[in-house]
Amino acid sequence: MNPSPESDAPLLAMRGITKRFGGVAALTDVSLSVRRGEILALIGENGAGKSTLMKVLGGVHRPDAGELLWEGQPVRIGSVTDASRLGIAFIHQELTVLDNLDVAGNVFLGREPRRNGWLLDRAKMEEVTSGLLVRLGLNVAPTTPVAALSLAQRQMVEIARALSQASRLIIMDEPTASLTPAETDRLLEVTRDLRQAQGVSIIYISHRLGEIVRLADRVTGLRDGKNAGDLTREEISQERMVRLMVGRDILRERSEPVREDLSVRLEVRDLRTRRYPTRTVSFTLRAGEILGFAGLVGAGRTELAEAVFGIAPPLSGEILLDGQPRSIRQPHDAMAAGIALVPEDRRRHGLILSLPIRENITLPSLRDLAAPKSLLGLVNPGEERTVAGEAARRADVRSAAATIEAPATTLSGGNQQKVVLAKWLARQPRVVILDEPTRGVDVGAKAQIYERIRKLAHEENVAIWVISSDMEEVLTLCDRIAVLHEGAITGFLTGSEATEESIMRLAVGQGAQGKNV
Amino acid sequence: MKKELGLLILLVVLCGTVALLNHDFLSAVNLQNTARLIGMYGIFSLGLGFVIITGGIDLSVGSVLALLGVLLSMALTEWRWPAAVAVLFIVLMGVFLGTIHGLFITRVKLQPFIVTLCGLLFYRGLARFISRDETKGFGDASGFKGLQEALTGKIFGVPMPFVFLLFLAAILAVVLHRSVYGRHLLALGRNEEAARYVGIATDRITLSVYVLSGGLAGVAALFVAFYTNSVSPSSHGNFYELYGIAAAVLGGCSLRGGEGSVGGILIGTALLQVLQNLVNLLGIPSSLNFAVMGAVILIGVTLDQLLSKRRKA
Repeated sequence: MNPSPESDAPLLAMRGITKRFGGVAALTDVSLSVRRGEILALIGENGAGKSTLMKVLGGVHRPDAGELLWEGQPVRIGSVTDASRLGIAFIHQELTVLDNLDVAGNVFLGREPRRNGWLLDRAKMEEVTSGLLVRLGLNVAPTTPVAALSLAQRQMVEIARALSQASRLIIMDEPTASLTPAETDRLLEVTRDLRQAQGVSIIYISHRLGEIVRLADRVTGLRDGKNAGDLTREEISQERMVRLMVGRDILRERSEPVREDLSVRLEVRDLRTRRYPTRTVSFTLRAGEILGFAGLVGAGRTELAEAVFGIAPPLSGEILLDGQPRSIRQPHDAMAAGIALVPEDRRRHGLILSLPIRENITLPSLRDLAAPKSLLGLVNPGEERTVAGEAARRADVRSAAATIEAPATTLSGGNQQKVVLAKWLARQPRVVILDEPTRGVDVGAKAQIYERIRKLAHEENVAIWVISSDMEEVLTLCDRIAVLHEGAITGFLTGSEATEESIMRLAVGQGAQGKNV
Repeated sequence: MKKELGLLILLVVLCGTVALLNHDFLSAVNLQNTARLIGMYGIFSLGLGFVIITGGIDLSVGSVLALLGVLLSMALTEWRWPAAVAVLFIVLMGVFLGTIHGLFITRVKLQPFIVTLCGLLFYRGLARFISRDETKGFGDASGFKGLQEALTGKIFGVPMPFVFLLFLAAILAVVLHRSVYGRHLLALGRNEEAARYVGIATDRITLSVYVLSGGLAGVAALFVAFYTNSVSPSSHGNFYELYGIAAAVLGGCSLRGGEGSVGGILIGTALLQVLQNLVNLLGIPSSLNFAVMGAVILIGVTLDQLLSKRRKA
């Protein structure tokens, strides 16, 4: 699939794209091409490099190597403006429409037509917009406030905006993630029509393999930042796509056999979260066990953890610790029950970066450190240093400044994560929830964090709940794996039945083959 | 700590300069009067400083001083309440108003600027209404001579407001810099979400600083009313909240929250008063008063910003 750059040249060809961030290669020698009027589906696991590749196309990232050909001619895309001048438009996963403006205002946002050089040309905006809306089959007036539109209709407004830039190539990143089935059908229809009637090319990124089967002319798969292969129209099937994304079928050595004799530490019954109010989740977590939660981004794993930790209390359901029902309405309640949460967003939720390492570590346990000993709740600096130093040592924090008085900003990502771990270990937790524990962590620190987590579970008998989008991590670290799809557990996997393929199948909501525990 | 030291040096240099230019600066009367003003302003500036450390603001202080000043005069001279009851009433009123602000901010999730701006307008109007816009005073203080003495007198030559401020600052310094509550305050001001993720009751702490600010405004209202000895409802306490904010910012509090110290706020308050004193003593037209203050504060925070940037680089 590498047509020569002559008359028959593809609309866009990306060749040998390599992009590194620091020491990490996000893309290695990736190629991709789209022909005129073609719908190309781009698939891959979380972190396979899809977004990075599209950011290279959008001029957000400059590639370290490789070239871009537009209709056979080499081009340089250094900014979003460059991309849109070529006729490339992006429809992002998170909607970027402003709900304080009307439809026409959104379609022309940033490119408003003017009268007399400074006045808004409302008449022109509305005229062009209503033409676009007719083309898209969206039956609303250009003056309708976006706040009054459904999610699918807002998505259509995004598409109208892309079309108004006279786009020749539209990149749609998970456009159906928040749509109902009926809305999805409508969007697919419009997308097909864009290709057929208007000759627009489309790069369609989605985890929903069913849509791709219905829609795509061709599939390009990415895996670990490299090309994993292409599928032609005839070859496209869910089975083959899953294999393309996952690739290897490595049988893994389990670190520990599942011990059925362990007592149940945490039990969650029929929990409903705000994100997926119609789904309920039930599971048990045993003392000394590492339970992994796999699934795609947006499957509701973080929301589940935050519900149990009291950040966003559940809508309904029960949480039991050692068989005792607990009412958890705020993090304080969860902490009192012995639960700790190492949050996904380390910089925003996990640490106060400008504070010293010591203060970050003792923040959750200060009250216990001080309160019983004096009326005012004074912190004893000596004792605080001892406790923080001990916790930092236990979590294996390695500071370049060699002191816990240095601000947390001075640490590497891996060591910052160890500080977050340390602050909870100082409280002797009974259940530790780790949300993406090694995101942005280098390989060395990763191994140290794994070792610490294993020791916590298998030697110190703490119940561990790991959320991770990194397949390797889930497979190597966890004793048992629960897979979530759109807010519901689609299966539990243990031992040899846990493979990247079986996880992926459950993660995309395809046939539950795991047993329920 | 380095920051406070720099400010302290600046204060000493400023005092030295004024003393050289005008020997009256070091006279007992002038020193006592300056100390008295520092004491009064410092009390509510500390409350404001705590609010600013959480990333909030309290614009209502000046109007609270006016409303409570009017109420104090009426309670003592018209309703003839016992002095102790009147004092308790005023302080509790301050606490009450602060609680109202805090509840609007934490429960209704309104922005502190808006809530306390409405307070600024509301209390000023209320003060003028209940006093029928007449200036209230304390007459010859018959029946509450003791209170007057306690609020305006001196101990070993040191004016009472200043004594009280030192006492208050000592407590608040321990609270802010040594207690769990203080640590939580700084954490909340710097990153409220991270604070919530470690189980800190962020709403309760936010509420508490507005209660503190209101209560300290109540205490300051006692001293200020007896200092001026007459409370003119339309001008009493005007702009005082801005002096408090200026003192806190000059003293190293960041309006972004998470930064500040009791010592810094004290030095900031003192700097402002010495500046004021300088304007008076050097015969600079008093109409330029605000311009001088504005310029000096701007220069101060600009220097601080430039220096801290260099420290980081």
